[in-house]
Amino acid sequence: MKKEFYNIAKLVTHNSKVLDVGCGNGELMKYITENISKDIRGIELSKSNVQACVEKGLTVIEGNAEKDLKQFPDNSFDFVILSQTLQAFLDPENVLNELLRIGKKAIVSIPNFGHWKVRLHLLFKGTMPVTENLPNEWYNTPNLHMCTIKDFENYCKERDIKINLKNLKFQNFFSELGIFILEK
Amino acid sequence: MSKFKDIKKIIVEKPLKLDCGQTINNYPLAYETYGKLNGDKSNAILIFHALTGDQFASGINPITKKDGWWNYALGPGKAIDTDKYFVIAANVIGGCMGSFGPSDINPATKKPYGTNFPVITINDMVNAQYNLLDHFKIEKLFSVIGGSMGGMQVLQFVSNFPNKAFTAIPIACTASHSAQNIALNELGRQSIMADRNWQNGFYEEQNKQPDKGLAVARMAAHITYLSKAGLQEKFGRKLQERDDLRFSFDADFQIESYLRYQGSVFVDRFDANSYLYITRAMDYFDLIKKFGGNLSKAFERSDTKFFIISFTSDWLYPTSENRDIVIALNAIGKNVGFVEISSDKGHDSFLLDVPDFLNTVRNFLNTSYKEIK
Repeated sequence: MKKEFYNIAKLVTHNSKVLDVGCGNGELMKYITENISKDIRGIELSKSNVQACVEKGLTVIEGNAEKDLKQFPDNSFDFVILSQTLQAFLDPENVLNELLRIGKKAIVSIPNFGHWKVRLHLLFKGTMPVTENLPNEWYNTPNLHMCTIKDFENYCKERDIKINLKNLKFQNFFSELGIFILEK
Repeated sequence: MSKFKDIKKIIVEKPLKLDCGQTINNYPLAYETYGKLNGDKSNAILIFHALTGDQFASGINPITKKDGWWNYALGPGKAIDTDKYFVIAANVIGGCMGSFGPSDINPATKKPYGTNFPVITINDMVNAQYNLLDHFKIEKLFSVIGGSMGGMQVLQFVSNFPNKAFTAIPIACTASHSAQNIALNELGRQSIMADRNWQNGFYEEQNKQPDKGLAVARMAAHITYLSKAGLQEKFGRKLQERDDLRFSFDADFQIESYLRYQGSVFVDRFDANSYLYITRAMDYFDLIKKFGGNLSKAFERSDTKFFIISFTSDWLYPTSENRDIVIALNAIGKNVGFVEISSDKGHDSFLLDVPDFLNTVRNFLNTSYKEIK
């Protein structure tokens, strides 16, 4: 399993109620189900991923996070997880608002466009960065809204969203991923 | 009726007040079971059949000698594994496979009820079948499962008995029968009634059968169970045992011949009045209206874990209507999973060999069964 998933799972309280938005093939959900909380379900758009979740015996709702989060009532989950999908939404601001509405806490991870490799790539090669976490070319990337850890921090500050991480300046340069716990 | 004398049935003594206002008691409810009930009675599943189904879901139907309607899904080692679960399936009231229906003899007239049979609803069907829990002394079912009208019964069951099933799988159904579906049912009913042999519903006492009307009703309905792509792929414009068009109204095309065949075999196993009564029950089904426009209220008191399944090419009970049930459950924080299965086999997909569908049912049941063990 990806190291990112261990780090996300560590932030989830035992036996809490969890929603994994864009749960993919269910790898993270399975880990959380087996080790942290059985009260977890996911939303996933891709039919083949939904079947992969079903194969793992996970509770999955086939749907589109941009449209289908509105059906959940306020504060209906202890944690809502969004792993590396935020930048791919048409309207990430709306999705973030929904995450913070339906979850008491939201765990959000983003690929960090401020990482030194990305900065060097653009500086020296002069082409759009392609790295391990950003494997696509500019013409086929699903990522519509790339940001840096610092951008994300600023975004939250402007909206009075509580963000947990320290050392963000350091992180913004050295972390390929940002993982945040957000609260209203 | 004598042909049903060897099938399993209970006589329900407890009076049942029907939605139409009449009360029935001492009525027969025919059922079949598959698998074995375990010691603590925790492995029981109640299956609800669709419009033209019956209690013989698996194996060979002893009356029609045809395959059970859910042989792909139900049986030893199958998605609903009868090596593991005890499955009960009943014939709905209003039906024609041994349960109380319009061809039963009316004690007041000593003749078949015909159209003097009371109009029944999905609610009445479910309330009648609930007596099977008492019969088998089952405190709580492991699951209630059904497709199409069977799915409507699943929704009604959980609404009526919120703590009597650990899990529920409504498949390819709706919480409120649409205008399109009412229209299609009305087409079938009018076709039966237009047959002279129907005799206002009292055909049996005159030894007549409205076979032509019932066959046309079945042909029309059968089209709605398929998809355009499925029909095109299977039949296209292929001709039936001929090289060219015959410039007549014979069945030139394979699709015509196929539909005629479907109509002709249907009349051997189904009663025209039952077709009227059961389609009426479907049309009257509106769980949303019953709960004042808020479907969530139907499930508020329930602790049942749901898994809802729809099919991409099902235009009779489309994904959107199935998703409305998911939305209603999510709105009150209930435990629900939902999958739309890719299939070009139309509404009938739930009866056919669609591996993603069967795996979904199997996995959901297996995982849920581990949770209660």
